[in-house]
This record gives sequence, structure tokens and C-alpha cells, in this order.
Amino acid sequence: MATYSDPPAESFRLSQLISDTRYRSYTFQFVALIALFALVGYLLSNLAQNLAEAGLNISYAFLREPAGYDINQSLIDYNSQSTHLRAAVVGVLNTLLVAVLGCAMATVIGVVVGVLRLSPNWLIRKLMAVYVEIFRNVPVLIWILIIMAIFTAVLPQPRDFRGDNAEASMLWDMFAFTGRGFYSPKPLFGPGSAVVVAVFFASIAGIFAYRRYVKKKLFDEGKLLPMFWPSVGLLFIPAIVAFFVMGRPITMEYPELGGFNFRGGIFARNSLISLWFALSIYTAAFIAENVRAGILAISRGQTEAAASLGLRPNRIMSLVILPQALRVVIPPVISQYLNLTKNSSLAIAVGYMDLTGTLGGITLNQTGRAIECVLLLMLFYLTISLAISTIMNAYNNAMKLKER
Amino acid sequence: MKKSVFFGALTVAGLTAGAAAAATLDDVKARGQLNCGVTTGLVGFAAPDANGNWEGFDVGVCRAVAAAVLGDASAVEFVPTTGKTRFTALASGEVDMLARNTTWTFSRDVDLKFEFTGINYYDGQGFMVPKALGVSSAKELDGATVCIQTGTTTELNLADYFRSNNISYEPVPIETNSEAQPLYLEGACDVYTTDASGLAATRAAFENPGDHVILPEIISKEPLGPLVRHGDNNWGDVVRWTLNALVAAEELGVTSANIDELANGTNNPEVNRLLGTEGTLGEMLGLDSDWAMRAIKAGGNYGELFEKNIGENTPIGLARGLNAQWTDGGLLYSPPFR
Amino acid sequence: MSDTHAQSVAFVRDTMLPEQAPPVSEAGVVKWMRENLFPGPVNALLTILAIYFVYKIVAGALPWFWNGVWTTSSLAECREVLNGATGGCFSVLTERWNQLLFGFKYPSEQYWRPLSAFILLVVAVAPVLFFSLPRKMLIFTGLYPFLAYWLIWGGTILAPLFGLIGLVVAFMVFRRVEGRGFATAALAGLVTAVVVWWLGGLLAAALPGALALDPVPSRDMGGFMLNMILGTVCVSLSLPIGILLALGRQSHMPIIKWICVVFIEFIRGVPLITLLFVANVVLSYFFPPETNLDLIIRVIIMITAFASAYIAEVIRGGLAALPRGQYEAADSLGLDYAQSMRLIILPQALKISIPGIVNVAVGLFKDTTLVSVISMFDLVGMIRGPILASTEWNGVYWELWGFAVVTFFVVCYGISQYSQWLERQLQRDHH
Repeated sequence: MATYSDPPAESFRLSQLISDTRYRSYTFQFVALIALFALVGYLLSNLAQNLAEAGLNISYAFLREPAGYDINQSLIDYNSQSTHLRAAVVGVLNTLLVAVLGCAMATVIGVVVGVLRLSPNWLIRKLMAVYVEIFRNVPVLIWILIIMAIFTAVLPQPRDFRGDNAEASMLWDMFAFTGRGFYSPKPLFGPGSAVVVAVFFASIAGIFAYRRYVKKKLFDEGKLLPMFWPSVGLLFIPAIVAFFVMGRPITMEYPELGGFNFRGGIFARNSLISLWFALSIYTAAFIAENVRAGILAISRGQTEAAASLGLRPNRIMSLVILPQALRVVIPPVISQYLNLTKNSSLAIAVGYMDLTGTLGGITLNQTGRAIECVLLLMLFYLTISLAISTIMNAYNNAMKLKER
Repeated sequence: MKKSVFFGALTVAGLTAGAAAAATLDDVKARGQLNCGVTTGLVGFAAPDANGNWEGFDVGVCRAVAAAVLGDASAVEFVPTTGKTRFTALASGEVDMLARNTTWTFSRDVDLKFEFTGINYYDGQGFMVPKALGVSSAKELDGATVCIQTGTTTELNLADYFRSNNISYEPVPIETNSEAQPLYLEGACDVYTTDASGLAATRAAFENPGDHVILPEIISKEPLGPLVRHGDNNWGDVVRWTLNALVAAEELGVTSANIDELANGTNNPEVNRLLGTEGTLGEMLGLDSDWAMRAIKAGGNYGELFEKNIGENTPIGLARGLNAQWTDGGLLYSPPFR
Repeated sequence: MSDTHAQSVAFVRDTMLPEQAPPVSEAGVVKWMRENLFPGPVNALLTILAIYFVYKIVAGALPWFWNGVWTTSSLAECREVLNGATGGCFSVLTERWNQLLFGFKYPSEQYWRPLSAFILLVVAVAPVLFFSLPRKMLIFTGLYPFLAYWLIWGGTILAPLFGLIGLVVAFMVFRRVEGRGFATAALAGLVTAVVVWWLGGLLAAALPGALALDPVPSRDMGGFMLNMILGTVCVSLSLPIGILLALGRQSHMPIIKWICVVFIEFIRGVPLITLLFVANVVLSYFFPPETNLDLIIRVIIMITAFASAYIAEVIRGGLAALPRGQYEAADSLGLDYAQSMRLIILPQALKISIPGIVNVAVGLFKDTTLVSVISMFDLVGMIRGPILASTEWNGVYWELWGFAVVTFFVVCYGISQYSQWLERQLQRDHH
């Protein structure tokens, strides 16, 4: 009975490793793994041999040694006796600074342009299209260099402000736009200013509380309280009152021409500004396209359905279109943020001291530790982009349409 | 796809491009060409002219070595390098020697494992400012914006100098000399600092050199010289003694004009040894006996090279100063050829 | 209509009134302007602002173009000619034209070579871009890389010729052995190719003068030519690698999948500039001590790795967009993996990923300007270095940067318009 129903007992043959689909994938993976190990081993042995021949070694000890160079823009305490590690941290902070500033400005410009590209106004529509196409199709490096060239060639230098009939003058005696950067007044926080600042933040919190209250009132009782003017009043009045009550603790320090440069005030260097502007307007052109695509992706039926419910046009935008469009727009916009952060490494072209400028630039040059520096540099950017993609994935999962 | 072969072809092309192993001298001879790292462009020291021919003082050293080793002063491939790429280019074997106004420092010699084969220019770091600023001393530069080339010793000297004099400054880091020039001229920085020779060369390229002054302070010692990889002593000797031959030739009065005459034999045994009519110095180096003669003929002796490229009759107009022969009160002092 | 009212109304019009012209505000230019320029107070204001803005630009730029000087040999001379009037010194472009295009070291009597290579590039790329062109032109596309290599780098024609022969022979061997399975055939092809290349290398080394053009070393390439070389070479090389990476990432074999994922994510996570630093200062350490790759080849390797990671992601999108049914249909026909990919999946996936690939190509082409940061003299490098620093042209910013902007804009805008056209074309195909 059981004589022919049993399959013939199969013995494993070596050729099955290639011909049998059950085992073949193991063979392939094994071969791939071996090849990978061989390649990595080959490269590493070359590295070891080259280093041995040149008498070099891989060591990160240089990070603890004094850097010896000065950095013009630093968010933390730094001088030429600080370590290379600290110089790298200064670079990291500068990278993050320009990335955050750039993302904020790119978003604002991008959203405005994206919305205006769908405006009923023909001229505006065309102008925005021209803006988007010009900036998208020319390398960002060229934009950075052009803005830097505008700074050095067009704007007056501090020396032009000097003398009795100077060629240039300050705006309202408060702002100076020079080829080396922008100077603006800087608030000085005297004693008691903490109260003013605290009041200001408290009133911001108050605005949110008030808005929530208005909404609740609207939903519960159907009463619509005014929103805009009370918010404005809440924002300014308590802070101004506190300012005078505390005896004007916050004063302004105005930039003044002294010696070679302006002194005092807030100084935004030309390198920071040209990098910031160039990255923003370049990335904004891409964000504008994303925003436009996002809005266009919402079918007309949505607008019509909302209109037939009796919603007003701006309500349709804010309650129906935008929430849906955001779902489409945000993922590509986040990847634009990532691109902007990566592009900020072009800082080196204008001498902005970001991480590429400190660790990947001067530290690398001065210590000659090329492999170590480049490796650390890559690790940093990798960390940033992995962090951003984690956020993006989390967002995508949270925003996924809950289909039922 | 079909173009993947191209990759193969490129690799083949790349592999045939050159080779560098321990015995650099043999490689150079086999290749028939010397790969010499120079700056990306500093008039007087190394810069391509309108036809793309490299000229300058550092270039002269490269040509002398090529003439000594290969017998042809034009058998040089000049590889432009920046402050950042120069050491890797040398360490990785992309160039055989570096003649790129590079300062001889302890850490470069010991830590980076290079061998400086001598000093062809005794320099020091100086400052250049527009005359209009009315500055007469570096001590008056408090608060000034200073353009510096990154990756150079000048960057570190600058930090030290300003720190020890307790004055503040605003550094503007710049990658190459050519990028610094427009920034300085447009007034984006008040001061440009680099080696005094480099300042003179840069100023010479300006439209109105007279509008700029070089301040009297020299804040550092910058002995500039050619360097080779550590560990290949034979090749190091070739470069070192070619440079010494140029210096000794000037001391001994051997010039490119009279060298043919002197090569027939003189009463001065050192000249004879230098020019190979006596002794076997060339063989000891692994070259033939005429090596030094060819090196000197390539562009003249040290003094001739100096006068032709950066001397007082050129736009750069550098005085010999420290770079005079020791007999004239300078520092040039070639070990004896014996 | 008139029937029903005939009894009740005294007067009924029984002829149509002649059509009246619409009111002025509802027709022609006025209507268009009302609707498109002044639909409301805010928009009217915007329009006026925009018109003012455009006027300012035109008023500034027109005299600048109009009075442009094209023939002087230095900035000082040009300023003299202009004599205080507004005008561009475009003479920097005419005087440095060759440097901008070819860099400052490519031998000037050989300019015809890169130029013809560029013209042939257009011919070679055309059949890839436009499906309606005769398919036979693809043969030329296949030959082109070897021809271009010979034209630009020079040297004996034997080297690229054997590169080509090796490939052709390998392909023939592959077809012959194909019956025994894809992997075996591919391996056999590879071995043949390597053997032919090796033999060809020997022969080419023995006959360096055969149909030789003057060899030009890689480091003499510069100007816009360098951007073009890097762009085309790296995109073409990254296509096959990108396809393999995409397939690997889709694969069911965990190890292969993870190798590809790590490679792709690593490359996409770091800026190109750091990869160029690797090419510049690190990569040489990873090759055997006796090899010495040119900077340009090291840069090509790194940019290719960069581009292939991005192209892999685009193709992965294409693979994912194919309906599952296609995979199942291929399986049910009894095709093995290699066959189903080659015959069914990839042709469709590649076709829908072309717009994405073109976008990556445009981005990559723009990114080739980054090589100026590592002291290579591409268009941007030429402008920043030798030209702006020269005594004659110190301070000619607008003309030079304007030229760079226009050049890149023309190329990139052209390609992206093509990609949009193709997208529309493909959409039409599907419906």
C-alpha cells in the first residue's frame, strides 16, 4: 500500500546548491557575503599597508589637543587654545544653526510661492513659475557664490561709512548693511529684565489659553468671541506694562563704527547670510513645487463638497484642503529639509565655519588626520539624516489614513 | 548595461596612469616624468602662464630635479595642490615631491612622516593692508578683519600672535590665494596675511600695487622647502642634493652661462666634483655624473632662479635678504660636495 | 415658446434680437486683465508691485546688455570704453571663452575633440530619450562611450576598441551559455571579457601609436567640459549599478538585501561634499600602494557611488509601482528570476522610472559643480580661481556668474522639460 505513495527518499546532492531554488538563495548569499568580506578585507589590508608604509596610524588623540586656530563665529566659548573636539562642536552648532534658520525661511518662502503659483493672478503666477524654474535649475553652489559676490562687490564696506561725507550710511542709525555682514541693535538685558521676559512668555501662553476658551465657547454655546485683537493685545500690553514697571531694564546696544569694523550690536556675518539666503531660496523653489502638488492633489470634489456644506472659502482652505494637503506635502518637505542640511556643507565655499569648515577643513588641514576627520564628518551627517528619516517615518505612520 | 565597459576602460586607463612604490627614483625613471606638486597659482613661485606652461621659483626646483634625474627639464607633470590636498597628494604617491612653499615644521616632519629636503626660501609671515587705512604696525590691527589661507601655518601663527599681543581680530578663512585676492581688494577684509614672499607676489598681481603696504612685522619663521615622503632616503637624497647643487653652484660661481666652459675642467676641485668631471658623486646618488650640471642648466643656479622669478627686477621685487649666500651674510649654506 | 404665450401676450417678438457685443469689461483684453490681473484689491496691488518689480529688473538689465562690451582684453580697458555708462563687460566671456569651456590646460589645437564628442553625445543620447527614433541608432549609442573616451583622452584607439570587443565577445559567450543558467553565463561572459581586455591591454601597450590622438591627461580637463564629462560618465555608470542595487534591495535574500540597504542609506545620508573629500584625501589609501588613480577617476568613482544610490531608490519606486500581477504572471510562465526580471519586470519598471532617473541626472549634473571645492577647475572653479583672480578680470562678477547661471539653466531646464514631456507621454501610454 505504502509502496508507491511515499516520495523517494531524497538525498542531498551538492548540485542542489545551485539548481534547487530552495537552497540556491543560501548559496548566493553565502557567495555575496564572502565577496563582501573579501572586498572589505582587501581595502582594509591596502589601507593598513599604505598607512604602515607612510608610517601613519589611525588615532583620535588629536581631538584632545589644542586646535590653535580661531573661529569667527561660535555659539559657545571657544578660543585658539580649545581642543579640536571643541572646534568640531562649534562646527556642529553652526551647521545646526544655519540648517534651522534655512529650513524656517525656506518653508515660509516655499509655502507663499507654492500658494501664489495657484493664484488667479496671471502675472504673479508666471513670476513665481520663473522664480521656481530659475532657482531649481541652477546649482546651489553658484547661488551661494553669487550672493557672496553681491556682498563683497555691491554692498558698502565699513570703510565707506567712515569720514564726513561717507559714501554709505546706516539705516535709522540702527542697522548697517556692509559687505562683511549685517549689524543690528542688540537688546541688553539688565537686572529685572527676567520679569519682562517671563511676562512675555506668560502672555503667549495666555493667548493659547484664550483661543482654546473661544473655541470651547463656540462649540458649547455657539457664541463667537473676537479672536484677533484680544490676541494682539495679550501679546504686547502685559509685556510693555512690565517693561515700564520694572524701570526699562532692557536697553538696546547700537552698532557703532569703531576701528576697522562696526562694534556692538548683533553681527550676522556675510558668510552666514549668503549661505542662509542661498540655501533658503534654492530649497524654497523645491518646497513650492511640493506645496503646489499637494494642493493640486486634493480633488475638486472636496472643495465643492465643503462649499455645498456652506463653508466660506477661507474655512474651506483651513478646515478641508490644508489638512489633507499637509498629509501629502509634509513628507517631501521633510526630505527637502534633509537636503538643505546636507547642502549646508557647502559652507566651505564661503568660509562659514560649519562642521565641514572646522573638522573637515581646518582641523583636517592642520593635523593631516584625513581619514579620521572625514569619518567623523560622515558619521555626523549620517546621524542627522537618520534622525530626520526616523521622524519622517514616525510622522508617516501617525498620519496614515485610517481606512476602515 | 552597455556602458559598464566604460568603467573597465577607465580603470585600465587609471591603472596605467602611474605607479608609486618605495623606490621613487626608479618609478620616476620608468615613467620618464616627474610628478611635482605645486600651488594652484602664486605668481613668481608657481603659476601657469597664458600658454599653460608653469613658471616660477618652486617650479624651477621641480625642473632642476627632473633635469638631474631624467635629463629633461620639461619632463615634469605639475600637479596643482591646495593647502588641504598637498599632504595627501604626497603621502598617497600622487606626486613624487612637493615644491609648494611649504613650511618646515616639527609636526609635519615627524608626525605627518614627511622629509624636508632643505630650504629654498627663508620666509616669515607678514601682513598687507591698503595704504588708505593708515596702519603702520601690526599692533594697530585690533579689531581688524583678517583674510587667511586655511590649512597653513599662517593660521596658527596668526592666532598665537594676536593672542600674545592681547588684541582681537576676525578671521576670514579662505581656501586659496586666488580666492583671497578679490575679497581683500573689495575690502571684505582689512588685512591679508600670508608669507611675506606670497604677499609680495600677490601684490605684484594687483592693478595698483602701490596702494597697498606690507607691514614691517614678520611674526614667524617660515622656512619653505621641497619635501618628499618619509622612508625613501635615496629619493630624498636626490632632491636634497639637487637643491644643494643649485645653492653651491651660486657660491662657486657656476652659472648657466659659464657652465659648459667650466665643465671642461677647472682648477677648483669642488666645481669639478659638482659638475662630475672629478669623482663619482652622481653614481652614489644612482644618477650619472652630469646630473648636477643638467640641474643647473635647467634654469640656472639658485641666484639666477631667484633673480628671474622673484628678484628685485621682477614685478614681485623681493630682496635676497636672508636668502643670500652665507658669504654675503645670508643663510644659504650648502654642505660641501665631497 | 411663443406658442404658449400667443394668446395672453399682446406683443410677442418672433425674431431673435441680433447678438450684442458683450460689455467692454467682459470681453477681450479688458476681461482677461480683469480676471487675470485685477480680480480683487489685494491682487491688484500685487499686480502693480509685480509690474514695478519687472520694470526695475528690465530697466536695470537692458542698458547693461545693450551697452555690453565684447571686445576688450581687460576690465580696465572695458571700463574705459564704457566711460562711466552702465554696461556689461562681456569681453571677459569672449576672451576667456575657451578657458570657460575647456579649462586652462586642454591643448588649444585639440578643442575639436571634446567639441565633436559633445555633438556626438547628442546623437548618441537621442534614441534613448525619444522612442520614436529608429532603434538602429542604439548601435551608435553603444559605440559612443568608447568613441568619446578616445576623442577626449586621446591615445591609441586600440584601448577603447578592445574595451568594446571584450564586451561584445563577452555578450556572445553569454548568449551561447545562457541555457545553463543566468549566473553561469554571466560568470563565463565576465571571464571572457577580462581575458580579452587583458590581451587587448598587452596589444595596446605594444602598439601605442595605432591611430593615436595626442593623449591628454585627466587633470588637464576643465571648464564646462569637466561638468559634462562628470555628469554623463557618472550617470551612465550609475544606471547599471543602480539597477542592481534596486533589485538587491527588493530581494528576498536577507544578506543581499541588507548589504544594499546599508550602502544606499549610507550614501544618501551623507552630503556629496564629504564623498568628494573621500575622493580627494582618503580614497588613495584604499588602493594597493603601487596604483595611483587620477583625481578625476577617484571623483568619478565617488560620484558614481552617490548617483547609483539615488537611482536605485528611483528604480525601486518603479519596481514597487508595477502591479503584483506582473510578477505573478512572470512566475506562472515558469520564468526564473533572471529571465522574469530581464524580460518582464525591468523593461516596465525602467520605463516608468525614466522621469525620476532624469531628475536624479539633473540634480547630479548640478552637483558636479561641487568639484570646484576640491580644487578641480570646472566651470565654477575656473571662474572662482584663474579668471576672477587674474589681474585683467579682477571684479567681473555679474558677467561671469550670469554666464554660469545661463549655461546651467539652459541644460537643466531643457532636460527637466524633456522629463515632463516624457511623463505626459507615458501617462498617455497607460490609458
